[in-house]
Amino acid sequence: MRENKLLIKLVVVTETFFFGSLLLAFVYFSLAPGFRAQQLAALDLRTTGLFTLLLFASSFTYARAEASYRRGAAGGVKGWLLATIGLGGAFLVGQAREFRGLFARHIDLASNTFGTSFFTLTGFHGLHVLVGLIVLGILAAMAFAGDFDRDRPNSSVLSAVGIYWHFVDVVWAVVFSVVYVLPHFTHFGS
Amino acid sequence: MAAHPVLVPEPQEALPDLDINSSQGLLQWISSVDHKQIGLMYLWMSMLFMFVGGVEILLIRVQLAVPNNTFLGPEVYNQLFTMHGTTMIFFVAMPAIFGFATYLVPLMIGANDMAFPQLNALSLWLTFFGGLLLYFSFLAGGAPDAGWFNYAPLNQYNYSFQPGIDYYCAGLLLAGIGTVSAACNFVVTILRYRVPGMGLKQMPVFVWMILINAFLIIASFPALNAALAMLLLDRQLHAHFFDTQAGGSAVLWQHLFWLFGHPEVYILILPSFGILSEVFAVFSRKPVFGYAFIVGSGITIGILAFGVWIHHMLAVGLGNVVNGFFSASSMLIGIPTGIKIFNWLATMHGGSLRFSTAMKFAVAFLVEFTIGGLSGIAFAIVPIDLQLTDTYFVVAHIHYVFIGGTLFGLLAGLFYWFPKMSGRLLNERLSNWFFWLFVIGFNATFLVQHVLGTLGMPRRVYTYPDLPGWGTLNMISSIGGFLMGAATLLLLYIIIKGIRSGHAAPADPWDAYTLEWSTPTSPPTLQNFDRVVPVRSARPFRDLKRPNDADWLKPGKKQGYHAREQAVD
Repeated sequence: MRENKLLIKLVVVTETFFFGSLLLAFVYFSLAPGFRAQQLAALDLRTTGLFTLLLFASSFTYARAEASYRRGAAGGVKGWLLATIGLGGAFLVGQAREFRGLFARHIDLASNTFGTSFFTLTGFHGLHVLVGLIVLGILAAMAFAGDFDRDRPNSSVLSAVGIYWHFVDVVWAVVFSVVYVLPHFTHFGS
Repeated sequence: MAAHPVLVPEPQEALPDLDINSSQGLLQWISSVDHKQIGLMYLWMSMLFMFVGGVEILLIRVQLAVPNNTFLGPEVYNQLFTMHGTTMIFFVAMPAIFGFATYLVPLMIGANDMAFPQLNALSLWLTFFGGLLLYFSFLAGGAPDAGWFNYAPLNQYNYSFQPGIDYYCAGLLLAGIGTVSAACNFVVTILRYRVPGMGLKQMPVFVWMILINAFLIIASFPALNAALAMLLLDRQLHAHFFDTQAGGSAVLWQHLFWLFGHPEVYILILPSFGILSEVFAVFSRKPVFGYAFIVGSGITIGILAFGVWIHHMLAVGLGNVVNGFFSASSMLIGIPTGIKIFNWLATMHGGSLRFSTAMKFAVAFLVEFTIGGLSGIAFAIVPIDLQLTDTYFVVAHIHYVFIGGTLFGLLAGLFYWFPKMSGRLLNERLSNWFFWLFVIGFNATFLVQHVLGTLGMPRRVYTYPDLPGWGTLNMISSIGGFLMGAATLLLLYIIIKGIRSGHAAPADPWDAYTLEWSTPTSPPTLQNFDRVVPVRSARPFRDLKRPNDADWLKPGKKQGYHAREQAVD
């Protein structure tokens, strides 16, 4: 079933262009005067960086789940899938916490171009994490129902979902660099 | 003939209580995942929306027939021209292309269905309901009224407070997701489901063009979807992407829209190039001239399509360097397009031509599309663009490429494949009437608009003063529009009459070359193939019919491309 993996790769390509467009809007606005100051004031590099590490770790745990499946270790698949869901869920909790803190300081989608482009970009990424978590939940349910217990691993579903999950991580790596890290090193729009 | 394994299993047994041989009426169509039925539904959907979009433009032509007319007010006029453009591009041209592609690609590559049949059905219904959602805006308080490319800040709440533009965003997002999923499906189908023996170099040109097209869609539609999502956030949640009063950018909308919009132009024309390559070859009794060049120039167009979008924005004032670069790249993209025109001329040269209706539309395409291409090259020259932008010259140009190009190609395909799709032959005499009525009406409508544009008549304004010549030229244009309207009604009559009482079509009425005609019946059975003709050249069905004169026996002769490589992957 190489078709599944090819299809999900094409989806990843088209999603890359989608996030590219959102990122383009963010970068475009970030060149305006005053944008960088708001960025530095609003965002907490350290806390978000911590949650970022959790998301990256979830890619690692997912890779372990795939490896367990290839070895035929059904117990490993279940455990690593649950770990992945936990880490992805923790990232979303971190994002929700961050959003709530910003709302409390009256920074939201309608406040200015920083709010508009920041919440749209990170919000769409969070939405993709959420979709990923739902799919991972289905996979975990399948694992506990015994679908991955067979002796010879011949399903492509884990590797197909894996392509999507790793993609969501890579998107965050780029978003995190541009939105959180870069303003500490550049002087555009200051 | 050698048997090849069937690649896609078909259901052998009926579902409980559903007899496969009995007709379940509408339910059978709505619940279908068969690529042929889905393809036909795409085509009917396109026809339906063509009538709606056609009525809209005829109302506009009535308003514009005489100077200072008061038939339509400015508000209604704005809604009608916006809906006309949006409908014709997203809900007529795109579904027609997907209709032909969904029906023909599996047949042409010897597969029994698309790679993901259920995803295929989902794509169709997303597109259809996207169209319905767009039209629901009329009931919800007003249709979108900022033009089909919906420029900021006119698309903002302050300028258009009716919900029309919200429906524009929602409808096009829905249809856009359907389009992208269909494109992914085509790529997987074409790359993975070709019959053994059919390498990439033995694929019919139409399949090649759909493959290139699918990649264009995958790369360009996300820009539109992102822009639509941003606009919806602007209008519903008071974000400031395109709100110029709060630091937003009107130019950002233009960049995102045309990053999608220019590749979209090629998305609309490449499938027609594919159809014409099939039609010219079959009705000239020759292989298409320079297969590698036709395919290669298609790929070149696909790549260059992403480097020309700013020629829609030359009047924005992005600076001479930017304008100069995009002016040059726009002229560059004319070259691969021109190559194809010469390929088709050379295909006809020395062939024994049969002027069926399909071939007539193909030949008319050569003339009309070249006119559209030349006016396009004119726009790539910055000073000419600055003079003519936003005039009727633009309207004339886009209609020469979209009607004279895309639609003529699609009509050639319709008359070529109708016998296979319906099992009936069309009335050739009435088809001939339709052809001349449509071509004359089309040229009467749009040729004069070049002059109107040069005289300075602005597009999108609901009426005009009684300046010398304007009234006469607009009257000619309106009469031409109604001729096209009459021709379209005639087309519907021809099709319905053909389906009801046309002569039964043989399996291969045109003595064609490609695999879709090798199915033993017209229309093909639910399962396309038991066994597939062996593929050793780009004209496998002809090789089968003329084994002593097969293309693959004569490498090196001017036979199109017929190397005998195995499948590439």
